[in-house]
Amino acid sequence: MTGTRSETRNGRSEDVLGAGAQGGAPDGADLLTAEDVVVRFHTKKGVVHAVEGVSLRLKAGEVLAVVGESGSGKTVFTRRAMGLISGGRGTEVSGTVTYDGTRISELSGKALSAFWGSEIALILQDPMTSLNPVKRIGAQLTETILLHERVTKKEALERAVELLRSVGLSEPERRVRQYPHELSGGMRQRVTIAIALSCNPRLLLADEPTTALDVTVQAQILDLLADLQARRRMAMLLVTHDLRVVRSRSDRIAVMYAGRIVETAPTPELFAEPKMPYTEALMNAVPPVAGPNHVRLQVIPGRPPDLINPPAGCKFSPRCPYAQDRCLTEEPPLRDAGSPDHQYRCWFPVGSPAWAEAKARNIERGTSAAGTPVTEEMVLT
Amino acid sequence: MTLTTPAGPALTPAGGASPAPKPGGRHRPALRRIRKRLVHLLIVLLAVTFLSFVVVDLLPGDAAVVVAGDNATPEQVQQVREDLQLDRPLLVRYVDWLGGVVTGDLGSSFRTGQPVAEALAQRIPVTFEITIVAQLLALLIAIPLAVYSAYRPGRLVDRASMTIGFGAAAMPTFVFGMVLIVLFAGGVSSILPATGYVGFFEDPLGNLRSIILPCLTLMIAEAAVYRQLLRSDMISTLQEDFILMARSKGLSARTILLRHALRPSSFSLITLSGVNIGRLLGGTVIVETLFAIPGLGQLIVQAVFNRDYMILQGALLFVAVAYVVINMLIDLLYLALDPRVRRDA
Amino acid sequence: MTPDTTTGDAVATQVPIATMAAKGKGKRIQRAGRAPIGWYVAWVWLGAVVLSAVFAPLLPLWDPAVPDYNNVFGGITPQHWLGGDTLGRDNLSRIIYGARASLLVGICAVLLGALVGGILGMLAGYFGGRTERVLALVTDVVLAFPGLVFIIALVAILGSSLTNLIIGLAILSVPTFIRLSRAATLTVAQREFVQAARAYGCKPLRIIAREIAPNVVLPVAAYGFIMIGVFIVVEGSLSFLGLGIPPPTPSWGGMIAGGRTELLNFPHISLFPAAVMFLTVLSINYIGERTRKQFEVKESNL
Repeated sequence: MTGTRSETRNGRSEDVLGAGAQGGAPDGADLLTAEDVVVRFHTKKGVVHAVEGVSLRLKAGEVLAVVGESGSGKTVFTRRAMGLISGGRGTEVSGTVTYDGTRISELSGKALSAFWGSEIALILQDPMTSLNPVKRIGAQLTETILLHERVTKKEALERAVELLRSVGLSEPERRVRQYPHELSGGMRQRVTIAIALSCNPRLLLADEPTTALDVTVQAQILDLLADLQARRRMAMLLVTHDLRVVRSRSDRIAVMYAGRIVETAPTPELFAEPKMPYTEALMNAVPPVAGPNHVRLQVIPGRPPDLINPPAGCKFSPRCPYAQDRCLTEEPPLRDAGSPDHQYRCWFPVGSPAWAEAKARNIERGTSAAGTPVTEEMVLT
Repeated sequence: MTLTTPAGPALTPAGGASPAPKPGGRHRPALRRIRKRLVHLLIVLLAVTFLSFVVVDLLPGDAAVVVAGDNATPEQVQQVREDLQLDRPLLVRYVDWLGGVVTGDLGSSFRTGQPVAEALAQRIPVTFEITIVAQLLALLIAIPLAVYSAYRPGRLVDRASMTIGFGAAAMPTFVFGMVLIVLFAGGVSSILPATGYVGFFEDPLGNLRSIILPCLTLMIAEAAVYRQLLRSDMISTLQEDFILMARSKGLSARTILLRHALRPSSFSLITLSGVNIGRLLGGTVIVETLFAIPGLGQLIVQAVFNRDYMILQGALLFVAVAYVVINMLIDLLYLALDPRVRRDA
Repeated sequence: MTPDTTTGDAVATQVPIATMAAKGKGKRIQRAGRAPIGWYVAWVWLGAVVLSAVFAPLLPLWDPAVPDYNNVFGGITPQHWLGGDTLGRDNLSRIIYGARASLLVGICAVLLGALVGGILGMLAGYFGGRTERVLALVTDVVLAFPGLVFIIALVAILGSSLTNLIIGLAILSVPTFIRLSRAATLTVAQREFVQAARAYGCKPLRIIAREIAPNVVLPVAAYGFIMIGVFIVVEGSLSFLGLGIPPPTPSWGGMIAGGRTELLNFPHISLFPAAVMFLTVLSINYIGERTRKQFEVKESNL
């Protein structure tokens, strides 16, 4: 099922090769390249290793999902990729980010913000806080258009109305005169999507766009994003903590843990053959169907890693049911699993003979090498 | 959240095809709030004026004796007391005075016979001018410094203005006034008059010269407090998601600071500034004393010492009214600046 | 195309950090380290003022009330370290004895005002309704009545004394403490432990005393500390107007006012007490502000 979905997605991508002529990279070429991106925050308590050496490629028109628990560094990485986080004043950055041939990681000021809103757009998690409460929807929409394009106020307003209509908001003419507090959460997120799309960006960074919304609205917004992405041939970086959400809505997935990429693969391959125990755990974790929607799902036993004093060796080892002594001391490098498209970071990749051995050993002694209790049903895969 | 959505049957029971709310309908809770507030403030007004009657009545010393003079016979004092109607009970006098106020008659000074309204009309513009000019100066200095300091906290402008502000806030008004006098009016240089007030319509330039030092004296500590307040509110606004959103649109720092962050950060500043204007209109006594300016504060203090009840009552009424009016203005300004308030019931 | 962090948009360097703090994903970046020198200087100064005020009678000082005719307008001499005033009284001695009056007024008025205002504010915040409305009215009446007139009238009615001045200033400060304590109560009353206590059927006064008061004390105390400095200035201003502590007793404001006529010829008479008052209030403000900030940092790290 996933396979078919993915094929249609790829098919669509190829269709667009010629048509996606908004300039710059055609579909299939790298639009965004991150090389060895590092972000560290120097705080009173110590250095927070938020992102440690992340490399990613995003092709034009492609949907890349970045998946991880809170504290995995996915949000910080996204903001660094866009340039919203830069070095100085206690923030340390390194590595390079290239957007469509420009090293935006070396830009600052106007040269950098020229890309924002027009080329790269951002959608934040909580629509209740991401709109300015004292400005009308229309003003917040048109300011981007007026900034990046040579249009009159009237034209910009007409476009704002069109945009609101395209994101499925009823009565767009009236909405532009309303204030954010007059709309519901789902409606507000539609507005922020409209704002993000207002200057036809070629790259959309959506940072947990549905986490703060009601469960019933989540699917609507995700489908809307997928639809707009396909129609506009945008590349999209979809950040989420919920692997199921991106199963049918992404081309590739990068799983992050403790500021590192621990596995990356085309979506169908990742679901068919997860190598990293953390990915496997994310897949097996079943969030409760009912329940408060704002609660972060604690899907995997144990706590997310301390980013100030990360564990030595594999960062996931304290929580991993298969952890062996080697995992506690030596950090595994990112290795290819057959093709360079599928990479993972694990000494005992799921499904390998070494893994089976490790699993048997841990079940036998009842704990992992890190001392985490392990029972048979926990590793039932 | 459904207040203005089309599917709001509770609010539009007629169920017309047009979902547009009636003009003013959306603002109805706000109006109710204002009406409630008005009633409250009216009670405050009555309480303040009655309280001042009681306080004045409790003051030791007989106004009749003061007015009749030291050499007056008991009969003369009694005569004065009857003339001034001081022999009647407190409540009767209050109601009588209140009746006068409603018809626009504030009475006359016990001592000089000058109508109270006239005395107030002479003094209020003086205090008003100094207060407003000082406030505007303070805001003019504080707002840019606060915005820039919030934009680059911990940098030179922030640190320098914080240090100076700390000093200014710790300096008593009268000390600062004295320093200014030494510096500009007699000591180091004599480029400005040390005392006196020149009316604006008599001599605009002289007026300007005569209010510079008093306004500077009043302004300095306020500017320091305003900067500090706006800076910290602004810093917390800059941590909001919508600022990140605004940045991600590619807006310039200047636009973000002035168009996005300033307004939602300004509410406490507005409140404080309003409270200060109300307080200062009640008399900038120290500055008036220091610079020998015939303002409302001096009038009030003299009236207390002279037991000039009518003047005192009139002046206190003005102060209370000013307080009430400014509170109303702050409420209205909130309505204009923060759309969320308009819905709060 | 080189990184430009000095002239570029500082929002680019500032806001992300701030945003991170708001999101709670990274902590606010602050320069770690010890308290700056000013912190210690402020405490040393305050300590010196308080100690010398408390132990003034034990110190080898001139009698602050006795004029020395050789010391009229006197400059700095080995006998009179800070010179003499218009009557030849010793400035240093008067400043130290003046500190007793200033500190006594400041501290007592704040304690009284904070106690009354704090309790009333908690009642208003907890019970709401009619209690709150009545207190709001009282607050507004006090605020709408010119404070100076109130003090003058109070002194005129009850007589001019330190006690009456303290009572007057305390009354004037009550509305602010009511508002502060009410606001703090409103936030605390929403917390689980208060709701739980309510659900268990605890009596309101017990909840206020046991659950709410401990949480209201801190903000009220922090504000009260700064108010001490404000009241020292207010006392000085009243003395300056001749309405404060009656003349034979030395007070800072009275000394500054006393030297006013000779400001141009003998500035030191006003200057020394003014400088002492300034430094004292500055120290109080500095310590108060820094304490408040650290309190805030802890809050945001929660």
